[in-house]
Amino acid sequence: MNAGQVDYYAIDELLSEDERITQASVRSFIEREALPVIEGCHAREEFPRDLIRRMAALGVFGANLQGYGCAGLSNVAYGLMMMELEAGDSGLRSMGSVQGSLAMYAIWRWGSEEQKRRWLPEMAAGRAIGCFGLTEPDHGSDPGGMETRARRDGAAWILNGTKRWITNGSIADVSVVWAKDGETIRGFLVERGTPGFSAHDIKGKFSLRASITSELVLEDVRVPAANLLPGAEGLGGPFSCLNQARYGIAWGALGAARTCYLTALRYAQDRRQFDRPIAGYQLVQQKLVHMVTEITKGQLLAWRLGRLKDANTMRPEQVSLAKRANVAAALDIARLARDILGANGIVNEYPVIRHMMNLETVITYEGTHDMHTLILGRDITGLDAIR
Amino acid sequence: MKILVCVKRVPDPETVIKLTPEGASIVTDNVKWVINPFDEIAIEEALRIKEKAAGTEVVLLSIGQKTAQEQLRTGLAMGADRAILVLTDQVVEPLAVARVIEKLVGTEKPELILMGKQAIDDDSNCAGQMVAELLGWPQATFASKVVLGGDQKGAQVTREVDGGLETLAIPLPAVVTADLRLNEPRYASLPGIMKARKKELKEIPLAELGVDVAPRTRIVKLETPPKRTGGRKVGSVQELVQVLHDEAKVI
Repeated sequence: MNAGQVDYYAIDELLSEDERITQASVRSFIEREALPVIEGCHAREEFPRDLIRRMAALGVFGANLQGYGCAGLSNVAYGLMMMELEAGDSGLRSMGSVQGSLAMYAIWRWGSEEQKRRWLPEMAAGRAIGCFGLTEPDHGSDPGGMETRARRDGAAWILNGTKRWITNGSIADVSVVWAKDGETIRGFLVERGTPGFSAHDIKGKFSLRASITSELVLEDVRVPAANLLPGAEGLGGPFSCLNQARYGIAWGALGAARTCYLTALRYAQDRRQFDRPIAGYQLVQQKLVHMVTEITKGQLLAWRLGRLKDANTMRPEQVSLAKRANVAAALDIARLARDILGANGIVNEYPVIRHMMNLETVITYEGTHDMHTLILGRDITGLDAIR
Repeated sequence: MKILVCVKRVPDPETVIKLTPEGASIVTDNVKWVINPFDEIAIEEALRIKEKAAGTEVVLLSIGQKTAQEQLRTGLAMGADRAILVLTDQVVEPLAVARVIEKLVGTEKPELILMGKQAIDDDSNCAGQMVAELLGWPQATFASKVVLGGDQKGAQVTREVDGGLETLAIPLPAVVTADLRLNEPRYASLPGIMKARKKELKEIPLAELGVDVAPRTRIVKLETPPKRTGGRKVGSVQELVQVLHDEAKVI
């Protein structure tokens, strides 16, 4: 087995040449550019803005979209990219998810040709940052209950409401804001500096500290009719974007899990108690074996999901299964790794506690673990337990 | 101008190497393969020259199995223009490599050959020198800086030598081998990876070149370095001197 890799089932052989090259390139980017700075960013609750520019130069943003300056990768290559980003930090993968799968995808899928031409090349190049405003302070798992309203006023729309837990909200040049026009959910592009629109950062986070999380406030925000996403009507609009992001998370979580597992493995081999390495004790081996098993299962899930997505046959419920399973496994692995590291597991000399805290966000956002359980429960039983 | 860059597929330096039971080769299952790091530096240098001098073509060349396509494709994704893979299953020693390169120089007619100073698998450090000898071209090895003349007729190459730097002026065509500090290679960008799929990668069976590649050597045995053992503490300077003299035999 190679140092720094977990490939117990030779999954590498299931990948195409450009998928392997993509993974190798993003991986060395993260090792050389991100790892030296990310722990400091996390400690200072600081967004690595400089790194974002370099991620853009690498071609990370909207990498699986076709045209408009995007790389046009296969979905498996895109997933591998997300895995390598999150092996660095969930905040970096979140940046990739929000910019590419939520904001850019919303415009790519539902936007007008003019909106696509204006925003997508700028966003792919990292010159424009996007955010995605769906969740509200009082409406998380139930976005259909949103209170943000859109009202037609001549040739313009007037938006009112509050969005919360919005990654990149305060640095976004363009916010994709979802609001109700009567009972129909519509998407709007709100540009930075539009009167009545403001963003405030949420401080005091113990998780995703190298990522910006904001609240968006819209008070009589007037946007021109040309800023309405013409293709999206109803919850299908935002859900299609969430599906893209959840797909990336199913891969990404495995990156965080891998970092935690490898850290714990090395630590256990070096750390001696009672005159021998703790990796030689049965209780520790049981934990390590559990970790490598869960990572291997997760890799196969993600790989197969990616192939289905490339074949255009992926169902949203299949995304739910992989997001739910892989994030739960990753969090479990992070906690076990923290445990193996003993007291060293709580300090930032090792990356484990940072990943562990990050994953507490990842298991909650983009559909909580429990909501995905209910989506799957409904799918297999035909009975809806959500309402 | 045209630059030929030679690329070897080697095990990732991070890979933990295991020997086969007979002890004359390594276990290649589960090994991750990469571009020889010094060759990657040579590709980067060629791309930097291309960025400064419009009309420059960067051609990659590798010799080996079909799997070496991946390393050539990575180089194309970094920005090289096209690639040639000389296909063979047999072991090619440095002299055989040099002869293949010599042969292809006859058809490609590059003004500059850039290659790594050595491959990190066999550490032979002689293919570049042999190519220069076979072609009768000047060579500048262990380059830490390459400055091409404005007329593209010559180059100034700084070499890292024991205790300092040496700068050579060489006329082109020439062979330059890259050392670690020549540059820091770029990442293959994701759009670059997609573009590389459409670039030419020509395969030539080794037999078609009519080059004598018969091996001159045979690997008798490979051994892993001895396991590091823990140090030990000595009680006094006197004891240290005695141990260094009697046991380590270094003073």
